[in-house]
Amino acid sequence: MAAAARRISSLLTRSSLLLSHGRNARAGSGVSRFSTAAVAEELIVPPVQISYTQHLIDGKFVDAASGKTFPTYDPRTAEVIAHVAEGDKEDIDRAVSAARKAFDEGPWPKMTPYERSRILLRFADLVEKHNDELAALETWNNGKPFEQSAKAEIPMLARLFRYYAGWADKIHGLTVPADGNHHVQTLHEPIGVAGQIIPWNFPLILFAWKVGPALACGNTIVLKTAEQTPLTALYAAKLFHEAGLPPGVLNIVSGFGPTVGAALASHMDVDKLAFTGSTETGKIVLELAARSNLKPVTLELGGKSPFIVCEDADVDKAVELAHFALFFNQGQCCCAGSRTYVHERVYDEFLEKAKARAMRRIVGDPFKQGTEQGPQIDSEQFQKVLRYIKAGIESDATLECGGERFGSKGYFVQPTVFSNVQDDMLIAKDEIFGPVQSILKFKHLDEVIRRANQTHYGLAAGVFTTNIDVANTLSRALRVGTVWVNCFDVFDAAIPFGGYKMSGIGREKGIYSLKNYLQVKAIVTPLRNPAWL
Amino acid sequence: MANHEQQSNGNGEMNQLKIPEIKFTKLFINGEFVDSIKGRNFETVDPRTGEVIATVAEGDKEDVDVAVKAARTAFDQGPWPRMSGFQRARIMEKFADLIEQNNNELAALDCIDAGKLFMMGKLVDIPAGAASLRYYAGAADKIHGEVLKSTRSLHAYTLKEPIGVAGHIIPWNFPTSMFLMKVAPALAAGCTMIVKPAEQTPLSALFYAHLAKQAGVPDGVLNVVTGFGHTAGAAISSHMDIDMVCFTGSTEVGRLIMQAAATSNLKQVSLELGGKSPLIIFDDADLDKAAGLALQGIVHNKGEVCVSSSRVYVQEGIYDEFEKKLVEKAKAWKLGDPFDPNTRQGPQVDKRQFERILSYIDIGMKEGATLLTGGKPWGSKGYYVEPTVFADVKEDMQIVREEIFGPVMSLMKFKTIEEAIERANNSKYGLAAGIVTKDLNVANRVSRSIRAGIIWINCYFEFDLDFPYGGYKMSGFGRDLGLNALHKYLQVKTVATPLYDSPWL
Repeated sequence: MAAAARRISSLLTRSSLLLSHGRNARAGSGVSRFSTAAVAEELIVPPVQISYTQHLIDGKFVDAASGKTFPTYDPRTAEVIAHVAEGDKEDIDRAVSAARKAFDEGPWPKMTPYERSRILLRFADLVEKHNDELAALETWNNGKPFEQSAKAEIPMLARLFRYYAGWADKIHGLTVPADGNHHVQTLHEPIGVAGQIIPWNFPLILFAWKVGPALACGNTIVLKTAEQTPLTALYAAKLFHEAGLPPGVLNIVSGFGPTVGAALASHMDVDKLAFTGSTETGKIVLELAARSNLKPVTLELGGKSPFIVCEDADVDKAVELAHFALFFNQGQCCCAGSRTYVHERVYDEFLEKAKARAMRRIVGDPFKQGTEQGPQIDSEQFQKVLRYIKAGIESDATLECGGERFGSKGYFVQPTVFSNVQDDMLIAKDEIFGPVQSILKFKHLDEVIRRANQTHYGLAAGVFTTNIDVANTLSRALRVGTVWVNCFDVFDAAIPFGGYKMSGIGREKGIYSLKNYLQVKAIVTPLRNPAWL
Repeated sequence: MANHEQQSNGNGEMNQLKIPEIKFTKLFINGEFVDSIKGRNFETVDPRTGEVIATVAEGDKEDVDVAVKAARTAFDQGPWPRMSGFQRARIMEKFADLIEQNNNELAALDCIDAGKLFMMGKLVDIPAGAASLRYYAGAADKIHGEVLKSTRSLHAYTLKEPIGVAGHIIPWNFPTSMFLMKVAPALAAGCTMIVKPAEQTPLSALFYAHLAKQAGVPDGVLNVVTGFGHTAGAAISSHMDIDMVCFTGSTEVGRLIMQAAATSNLKQVSLELGGKSPLIIFDDADLDKAAGLALQGIVHNKGEVCVSSSRVYVQEGIYDEFEKKLVEKAKAWKLGDPFDPNTRQGPQVDKRQFERILSYIDIGMKEGATLLTGGKPWGSKGYYVEPTVFADVKEDMQIVREEIFGPVMSLMKFKTIEEAIERANNSKYGLAAGIVTKDLNVANRVSRSIRAGIIWINCYFEFDLDFPYGGYKMSGFGRDLGLNALHKYLQVKTVATPLYDSPWL
């Protein structure tokens, strides 16, 4: 431990030396923030008001039935920024009943698909118009860099809804060739009331992944946001109603998993459940669905995704991509490339450069221009990440840099790199969900395939090679839902996403996501004297 | 004749709506309005009065060459096929918005140029045109290839790539719908194109070109060459640097286009041609509704529709009563100025068409068919023809075999379902068919038995963006509308490479 601390301080010295030769001033201030003084700098005041904190049920903002609220925080400071209605079973009952009514009687599933698609497009227009407010609110509540929110995530929110708008009027059933004189058709019908539970790491993006296909297919929704990030979905839903969404179609209940989440997952009148979150909670959700009304469930859960750097790699590019694959969004990505396998031939060079890159990472106020990494979401995650770092050190992995809290306030963690990591170490097996990169060495392709697959997760993988045969072999051999070859975290609306093994069930985005929200009805009738079959 | 109201025949108070100033009369090539190289013009005429509305640049072979060069460059080097489908979609959505903003002006242009009902344009054709751009915009980012199952250790997949430069030759009966029916899927696919609108109705196409540019469609992607079929049209269909030609029009011209494609560069061809579509009404039909449907089927857009129900077969049990109802309805049908919202039928598109219809009516009478109603021009000015119904028609008569493209119906009697199917299929055409019955088994059997591209059961003219539409037999090949139309503008490329040590195949 002491050795590790020494190593860190020596690294810090080196990095400040590096920076004094100066790539740019911003980077300089970034590293000086390794001292606690930097966070004491005045934080930027988010340029947005918090206007919506109640549940949204049947088109109206309402208090919780119990009248209770819970605080939501700014992870930069751990200070409370708003009190939000705290839902419970009764609120879920109200929301489900509104959604049920809107589905059974309301205009939504009876509208023409073109009308539904027009409302989704109008919503996308409003998202673009309110880009900066949505982005500011997202960053304020979540801690992710504002530039990431404003330039990537909110535009992606609009993109996702435009994409699904385009599907609404192209959901085709089939005419089916049966053996015999029968006329057979399939109707692809909305499944009904969808319950959706979304996490805090990409609150609006995952709002779109869930809400977009459900609405395009003509369903109604009860959505539970994460208790850490309840604000932006309410704002977006307000815009949705401005765009013409009828009341009751999209209902949002804020609150906690054991109360609101459990009530939704076990509700007898919810026809479908979609959950994104941890594997542990996913198990509970699936069990509640089984015990109640057997609602079909899609799960998008944890991961421990390998990022494989092959021997032919351009090391500089590989380092940058592997760095991005792990550290993006404070490492809070279910598909984070958290096992960096590097071929022994390039290992040493890679390690040195990966470490240097991590030390250059600019940590600080996410509202500040140029910040690459903000705080972790909350105290629980922050503590968890630090515990894993400790476990890594104790398991004799080599701490190359980072390893500690950053600053003295809020939930910032230093970008951390471990080398010498073995497959059986906790940091190589568990999902850490933080800025902790584990670098492992490999020799043969067969070996890395075996090791990469040796996990109960199977969400994603990165492959870095320009050898076409290696790329093709790895792409097929890895038991994961997404393989990124020479790229990572490419998340277009059209690309399906989901997990093998215990990373989940089903796929979101793309044409595949529609299936989650459609029932298939076969209609069969005899054919008398048909001209052909 | 006395049954038809007379007050608004092509003059007098008809112009309740201001006829728009004609802003665009030149060729649209590479993003600019230009004169034809020879400097020639032709006149376009208001069919209500026979008067000239505007003189329009007359494109010819050399103008087509310039337009193709622009489209080629835009395809080979320009941004359009290199944009993501989503980026193209955003521009197409903007184009749709601009169409809606100019709805009145566009509807008025089609009204004065083609004699189409103003309200129909404003409420149906123009909004549906905007909707078709949105529909294909929504498809532009959903063009999926497939990953293939090889019989050996190979990794293979298909790419759906834009076909290149498309030539579109469109008719005058639905200037807006036809323009966007061709242009929207081609834009979504990433193609560049040359459109030749009909010489009778060049005006709205030029206006659309202007709006496309405003929306951000890059120069050279959409070119409009106004002119005639035997010059500009022939130059398109025989051009060595056009990759496909899509034509809507008559079967005779379709044949010429296919020949020109065959003798030039074997460009792909899609043809949507003539029809002589049957409407079969069974004994169990609601008489009043069926008669209404049959009349609509022949007088809609003055019968200038390739899917017009020009052969109406009625089962003998209800024939007499049906005939009575139909004639009553035909006599009450209101002709007049297409700008008048009460008008149900405007003038035929031009003098030639008007005379052709009258000559077919003449032939029908000479062939011995009984004229039940109509049969004459309406009013003293313009190209109006009364809704006309012939009875006692035999299958071998010219009026039953040939496409008249006017409000002239042949009404026939049948006994059995087998007979109806056989007679309905007894045509070189196969574009559409209608069935009126409450019996599920009859509906299903006849739907499958008729050799036509679209079947309407208890409805007619039900087009939708998502419904592919096109012909069997000599009504053409290829489909417009729906996702089928998009795939017309795509090439399929298979990519294969050996696969080593794959854990599965």
